[in-house]
Amino acid sequence: MEFLQPVLDGFGVVLEPTNLLYCLLGVTIGMLIGVLPGLGPAATIAILLPLTYGVEPVTAIIMLAGIFYGAQYGGTITSVLLRLPGEASAVVTVFDGYQLAKQGKAGTALGIAAIGSFVGGTVAIIGLTFLAPLVAGFALDFGPPEYAALALLGILLVATISNGPKVKALIAAAVGLLLATVGRDAFTGAERFTFGNLSLADGIDFVPVAMGLFGVGEILYNLEERHRAAKAPTSVKNVWPSRQDLRTSAPAIGRGSVLGFFLGILPGGGATIASLAGYAVEKKVAKDPSRFGKGAVEGVAGPETANNAAATSSFIPLLTLGIPANATMAIIFGALLIQGVTPGPELINAHPDLFWGVVNSMYIGNILLLIMAIPLIGVFVRILRVRAAILAPITALITLLGAYTIRNSMFDVLLVVVFGAVGYLMKKFGFEPGPLVLAFVLGALLESSLRRSLLVLDGNLLGMMGRPISATLVILFVAVAVFPLIKSLLDRRTHHAVVDEALRSGPAPHAASGTPSDTHTKENA
Amino acid sequence: MPLPAREHLDGPVETTDPLDPVEAQTPEELVAQWEAEAPPQAGPVANLAASLVVLALGIGGIVLAVGLGIGTASSPGPGTWPLAVSVLVTVLALAQAVIGRHGGQGGEKFTRYSWITLIGFLTLVAMVVLIPLIGFEIPALLLCLVWMRFLGGEGWRSTIVYSLLIVAAFYAIFIAALGTSIPHLI
Repeated sequence: MEFLQPVLDGFGVVLEPTNLLYCLLGVTIGMLIGVLPGLGPAATIAILLPLTYGVEPVTAIIMLAGIFYGAQYGGTITSVLLRLPGEASAVVTVFDGYQLAKQGKAGTALGIAAIGSFVGGTVAIIGLTFLAPLVAGFALDFGPPEYAALALLGILLVATISNGPKVKALIAAAVGLLLATVGRDAFTGAERFTFGNLSLADGIDFVPVAMGLFGVGEILYNLEERHRAAKAPTSVKNVWPSRQDLRTSAPAIGRGSVLGFFLGILPGGGATIASLAGYAVEKKVAKDPSRFGKGAVEGVAGPETANNAAATSSFIPLLTLGIPANATMAIIFGALLIQGVTPGPELINAHPDLFWGVVNSMYIGNILLLIMAIPLIGVFVRILRVRAAILAPITALITLLGAYTIRNSMFDVLLVVVFGAVGYLMKKFGFEPGPLVLAFVLGALLESSLRRSLLVLDGNLLGMMGRPISATLVILFVAVAVFPLIKSLLDRRTHHAVVDEALRSGPAPHAASGTPSDTHTKENA
Repeated sequence: MPLPAREHLDGPVETTDPLDPVEAQTPEELVAQWEAEAPPQAGPVANLAASLVVLALGIGGIVLAVGLGIGTASSPGPGTWPLAVSVLVTVLALAQAVIGRHGGQGGEKFTRYSWITLIGFLTLVAMVVLIPLIGFEIPALLLCLVWMRFLGGEGWRSTIVYSLLIVAAFYAIFIAALGTSIPHLI
């Protein structure tokens, strides 16, 4: 079949020694930071962006991608052994994974997690292989109005689906858009918001912003956070999952793969939501839900499969439409821009070696992770003993000195420090940095799409409703924007109804938390 | 110091941890424990302060954007898009000021540990100022010393040893191996 030819060529790209090496480097670093509390994959990818300047685009993205899905593996290790999730997507694994470890089955939990992650990742890659060219082909018909609507929808989804207060996330996104306007206007050449500063004339560079917001911001925040005393991890004997365990987990792995794949594609979705949903689904379909929380293997298999599948499928919107689905994808978007590659539907055709090289590297990366996961656990656990006080200055220095190497400019380092403070303050005041980076990265594209749309539609943006694709996207945009308002209104009515009922039927039951909607959410978590 | 686990070849492993005498048994209890241990939320004053800062940003943006020239819908000027975004920022800031007036909008309160972060930030600023003047070795060494000893609570001996090792490693990697042009003394 001729359409498989580029896919096979992609394997040729991956198997080049440099790319294999960077793939190995990426997944190893990914697993490492997944294990270490403090830095997440977004922060690490941001900090390592200067490393991507000296290599080919393919090689750079292979490494960054490896860090991302590798971190999903790493977070599991501390969840199971220390009851401390290394990553947000490994939180639910704590419930049953740690219980399994206490029962002497840590190897089972980790083995099931590794196998599930591998299957989930591979299923997602296969899905990506077939779905991506379809989406990209469909998107070649996109004009400026479609792009504008899609970018707006993507930003809105990321801002509203992320945890935390919605309006604050929208504010972060809006500020990101505003920051993107600094510099020379592409259409008229006028200088905007530069205040006469030459360094700002070409706009605020993306890399220092990402390194500052995510890298230095996390480092400053971790200085303050009191880490819980690390318990000595339960011992891990190299016990592989039994055949019974595998048979019990197989359906969970299957469900997790599909669930994770679809949740990852959705902007704003991603690994964390997939793991939560995976756990909830397993609990719902289980014949005996009371086993959950006491060491049910499905409680590990389902979420772990889902989060790896989601991490992989979240590449689809980026590589096919040029729309990042979450903050990490936004940073990888920026990394591609640095390399002179503009992500979009033409990517598959204009740079097939890049596209298929990255996609196929995920197969290899997943295999490497499966091979390395169990043997390296001992190493990682020992690394965990290195105190945070020693790691912190190392990461700070890597970030600052790395920032200098971008353009041999101290101004970039200053930007990193300033945005580090901004990132820290944002965290303290409850603003998510993800939407800001996403909007910042999409800002230029969004503006040029909107201005071109105005030209195409003769100054009447409502003309977007006349085009089928952009009309659908605008309707979705309005639906997503309005849905939370409707939901909160409905919740209040339900709350009043339930309170009235309770008052009528006698003394209120001893409830731990307030509204029915809260307990509803907790059960599904 | 928590006691290490007793090692068994198979069967249940005991973890006796004096810091955690009553372990949460169920996921609900665990989540409740995490929530109890989480830092307190930022509160209404912080919400108002943040909203006002964003509001100032938005209004500043509007003023500057109008100055750039906003044009019309069919021929947008350089200030059109910045104006639209600044208006959005302003509206959202006002909305947030109202929504969060009773608190409960996430974030964390500043604690006495926040001073540690401030000092850390100041050392980073010092790095930016000093590196062009005296190279990166001495400022990096000072940063390591401050972060490990004063911010991290390490002992003097391990602080000095690790700091020297780290600066040496950075020199070896960034200057000797990679040949970057970071200002250096040696």
